[in-house]
Amino acid sequence: MITVSSLLDDHWYQRYKAISRLNIRSSIYDVTDRCNLRCKGCFFFSSGEHQVASEERDLEKWKVFVDNEMKRGVNLAILIGGEPTLCLDRVEVFYQRLPSFCATNGLIKVPRDRFPDMMVGISLWGDAEDEKLLRGQDTFKISSANYAGDPHAYYLYTITPKQLGKTEKIVKKIRDVGLKVHMQLLSNDEGVDGFSWTPEELVAVRAEMDALLDGYPETVISSKYYHEIITTGTMLGRPFGWLECPSVTEPIDKRTPRPKRLTNFIRWASDLKTMHRCCTSETRDCSTCKDGAAHMSWVMVNKRAHIRTTRDLQNWIEVYEMFAKLYQFIPW
Amino acid sequence: MSNQQTIKRITEIIINELKLEDVTAETFNVDLDLVDEVGIDSMDLATIALVLRDEYGIRIDEDDYPKLTTVRIIAAYIDDKINQGE
Ligand code: SF4
Ligand code: SF4
Repeated sequence: MITVSSLLDDHWYQRYKAISRLNIRSSIYDVTDRCNLRCKGCFFFSSGEHQVASEERDLEKWKVFVDNEMKRGVNLAILIGGEPTLCLDRVEVFYQRLPSFCATNGLIKVPRDRFPDMMVGISLWGDAEDEKLLRGQDTFKISSANYAGDPHAYYLYTITPKQLGKTEKIVKKIRDVGLKVHMQLLSNDEGVDGFSWTPEELVAVRAEMDALLDGYPETVISSKYYHEIITTGTMLGRPFGWLECPSVTEPIDKRTPRPKRLTNFIRWASDLKTMHRCCTSETRDCSTCKDGAAHMSWVMVNKRAHIRTTRDLQNWIEVYEMFAKLYQFIPW
Repeated sequence: MSNQQTIKRITEIIINELKLEDVTAETFNVDLDLVDEVGIDSMDLATIALVLRDEYGIRIDEDDYPKLTTVRIIAAYIDDKINQGE
């Protein structure tokens, strides 16, 4: 029988043991339906998810709701929207109760006196030109001024096909303001011309992400296995997609057969009653989905499938560590 | 010391549910740490807990998962619950 220690040397075995009992159980919460931007390709607005529910405004109900989520076993709240910083009181309800992560466009600074160590992920969609085209303004200028040097913030850089060959410049910009970066790929939910991935571009972006990780290991929070999975859509020969995705909301999961390896994931709308289909757009085609968190979770829930060879298990460890760092379960 | 039959049966269940290869109930080390060495996670434990519930008629509380680290410990836990008449 293959055991974990038979595959790993002491260094890797210690790394494995540092994460093997974390048992991260995340769920995603739409804190609000409003945003101070309207990006082309934003899944939330393009799929009409901002209209499926009306926001719960009673803070007491948010408190009861979060307490119930914790009873359900959630130990990581991923706060999205809309723009969560428009409703900091609601963010605070989560932050005071459990490990919380706030996804933001960075235009409004999370006040550090109220949220001293809350991890903040700042979205970035490319260079100034792409940002203006897709988001109406160069958000980096503002967000980097807001968060420069903040140890509890990083950029969530969504790479678009137009960014090929230009990503290093962006990573350097991020490094120079004293922040870290995690990369994901645009899924182009609104079909903006020229922003869908071709197979050749996916090969190229994988090589580019690998080179960034090698060249800027202090700045880039990533792993080559994650790059492989997200660009090829396969793991251990299995295709990613609807049948395997672990980021489907469990109580409304109608898949048959239902995948065995699920973690009670739910993505809640801001009325605290409505559930969305999955961690991303209801209307997204799973066969072209590039959602980074869904791909990471897919690897993470399949640990034992990776207890095969030393390299497979090391790959799994690197992806789990990456996720654990991004949400502060282990230090950078 | 736990009942040897319980230990053997739990070992069989784990080998079967986790589809462990190259090992039998006779050769499996029942003191092997299930997380650190076999690599099981809470989803595996939930699956095993369901089988144990059906087989022994006992409920394993999710809060107890972290302490159920080896087959021998799981067997003692089950024997305890059975003895308490659960
Ligand atoms: S900032 Fe985020 S939530 Fe707001 S429109 Fe852009 S992608 Fe959507
Ligand atoms: S769109 Fe992506 S995240 Fe949603 S169910 Fe499909 S594969 Fe999973």
